Amino acid sequence: MTSVLRLDGVDRSFGDRQVLKDVSFDVTAGRMTGFVGGNGAGKTTTMRIILGVLAPDAGQVTWRGRPLAREARARFGYMPEERGLYPKMTPREQVVHLGRLYGLDAAGARRRTDALLERVGLGERADDLLETLSLGNQQRAQIAAALVHDPEVLILDEPFSGLDPLAVDMVVAVLRERAAAGAPVLFSSHQLDVVERLCDDLVLIAAGTIRAAGAREELRSAYTRPRFSLVVDGDAGWLRDQPGVRLVDLDGARAVFDLDPPADDQSVLRAALARGPVRAFGPVTPSLAEIFREVNQ
Amino acid sequence: MNTLQATRLVAAREIKVKLRDKTFLYSTLIFLLLAVVATVAPAMLNSGPSTVAVTAAGAEPLRAAGLDVMLVADDGAAEQAVRDGDADAAVVTGPVVVADERAPDDVVTALSAAPQVELLDPDAVDPLVAYLVPFAFAFVFFFMSQTFGMQIAQSVTEEKQTRIVEILVAAVPARALLAGKILAAGALALGQIALIAATALIGMRLTGGGDLLGLIAPAVGWFVPYFLCGFLLLAAMWAAAGALVNRQEDIAGASMPVQLAVMAPFFAVVFLNDNAGAMRILSYLPFSSPTAMPVRLFTGDAAAWEPIVSLALLLLTAAGFLLAGARIYEGSLLRTNGRTSVRAAWRQREPIG
Repeated sequence: MTSVLRLDGVDRSFGDRQVLKDVSFDVTAGRMTGFVGGNGAGKTTTMRIILGVLAPDAGQVTWRGRPLAREARARFGYMPEERGLYPKMTPREQVVHLGRLYGLDAAGARRRTDALLERVGLGERADDLLETLSLGNQQRAQIAAALVHDPEVLILDEPFSGLDPLAVDMVVAVLRERAAAGAPVLFSSHQLDVVERLCDDLVLIAAGTIRAAGAREELRSAYTRPRFSLVVDGDAGWLRDQPGVRLVDLDGARAVFDLDPPADDQSVLRAALARGPVRAFGPVTPSLAEIFREVNQ
Repeated sequence: MNTLQATRLVAAREIKVKLRDKTFLYSTLIFLLLAVVATVAPAMLNSGPSTVAVTAAGAEPLRAAGLDVMLVADDGAAEQAVRDGDADAAVVTGPVVVADERAPDDVVTALSAAPQVELLDPDAVDPLVAYLVPFAFAFVFFFMSQTFGMQIAQSVTEEKQTRIVEILVAAVPARALLAGKILAAGALALGQIALIAATALIGMRLTGGGDLLGLIAPAVGWFVPYFLCGFLLLAAMWAAAGALVNRQEDIAGASMPVQLAVMAPFFAVVFLNDNAGAMRILSYLPFSSPTAMPVRLFTGDAAAWEPIVSLALLLLTAAGFLLAGARIYEGSLLRTNGRTSVRAAWRQREPIG
């Protein structure tokens, strides 16, 4: 795939506080890339640099192999973390206005706006002043605003925060459509379960540096340690004396443990079977939250 | 999308929203009413020529003066007509003017012989008008630059406060946002002035007060370019002040220097307008020249070349302030944590222009 948004060695400081250090990663066309990091890790700064709203101190952002220029950025859709549209305008007016600022002609902007407001479920409230809409509906208008010019790249800062589950599903569906149509989609989120469910690729950032980046499954297996869970009848406390086993958690019949090499999982299973019935046994894959915790240490 | 197109779109949005703003519409309506009242009311209060009761013998000079003559049989009937309120005044043998409470000026004038008048300086402006016109110019500039300057600042802060500015600067150059706002406010200010002026002129024409118009027309001709340049100068400052803060409540504080730059020249012109030396200086200083120079032109104190020099000076200053204002605007637009200092905004070097 050639349509790649690439960050290469991006540094950025505010005053003497460095917020980004040598940030490099790719956002590939047709894939949803989750951008995960704690508060103040540098997500928003990174996104603002991609949008050309902030300048990097060093490094560069390229799109399809070329340094990003304003013309190319006009084809980006952006949803900032701190939402906002004009309170005294209707969703229809502002989405049309933004569409025109992105370069659509009047008729085209109106057509796209009508279709999008319908798509995000705002058709009936499209002509009410924004300030009279619920927060959820304002969010829907915001999504429409980010998509009005049919962008080639989507950059969304916390697109799911403040949304009810139905709206989350709607946004997820819209983003998937975009990705399926070949657009790279980069989104940040605190809701790790949503990211885990949604993204194809992951970028983990902590304290301004990229700690891990790549396909979700690869990352997960890279962070998978030899950890297992076991459920038996009776007490599983005997595991403590098993060679190579380090108990992580023990709760009567349930246990989670790590294995130090050269101990192997099958010998532990055999030992368990020798003591009685085994109800469940298997490897534990780390959740995104666990990986996140680990890279943040 | 080039900067010019973006500027036009931004300005169109600003105007559209403002024209829906009830406060703006009502205030415009009130100004128009005031203009009507100020021009038409004096004529309405002036109830027309007095009705004079007189015998046929004395009627001729009164009729010639355009008074409403009421013929009566004798002097007694004439006096009775005044007592009954049928006539404003009566002229009886003497001639003696009989009236209720006040001597009716028009009747007295009709019966008097006016002395010959010879004016030594016939172009000299009526002292009352000479006082009122500068005040009116100064007030229009003061009021409009304050009102519409504040509008620019509020619009800038609104975009920062709602964070829509982040989407906007990703879509169009920040310069287009700034230019569009100043353009819209300037157009609205001029439109409002034109509407009020047109209403006042129609009122004056209808009530026969057109001579003042011919008198102030040349000064008004200069007032327009001065207004535009002065407005530009202040608009740049208002925009910068609006960009430094994040909340509407903080505009008042951040715009103190701008308000001072509007108010000080206003009061200087109002209080010093009969001090020729001070007015000469004020008519060259960029902040006060938009009000002081039209006044000097009106009173005929300024030589023909003076407004050209002072206008050029003002234009240069406005251009300088516009560049500085744009830099501060761009430098503080995305700083959303607390109030930005002018220094920090000046040093910011993001590519959002």
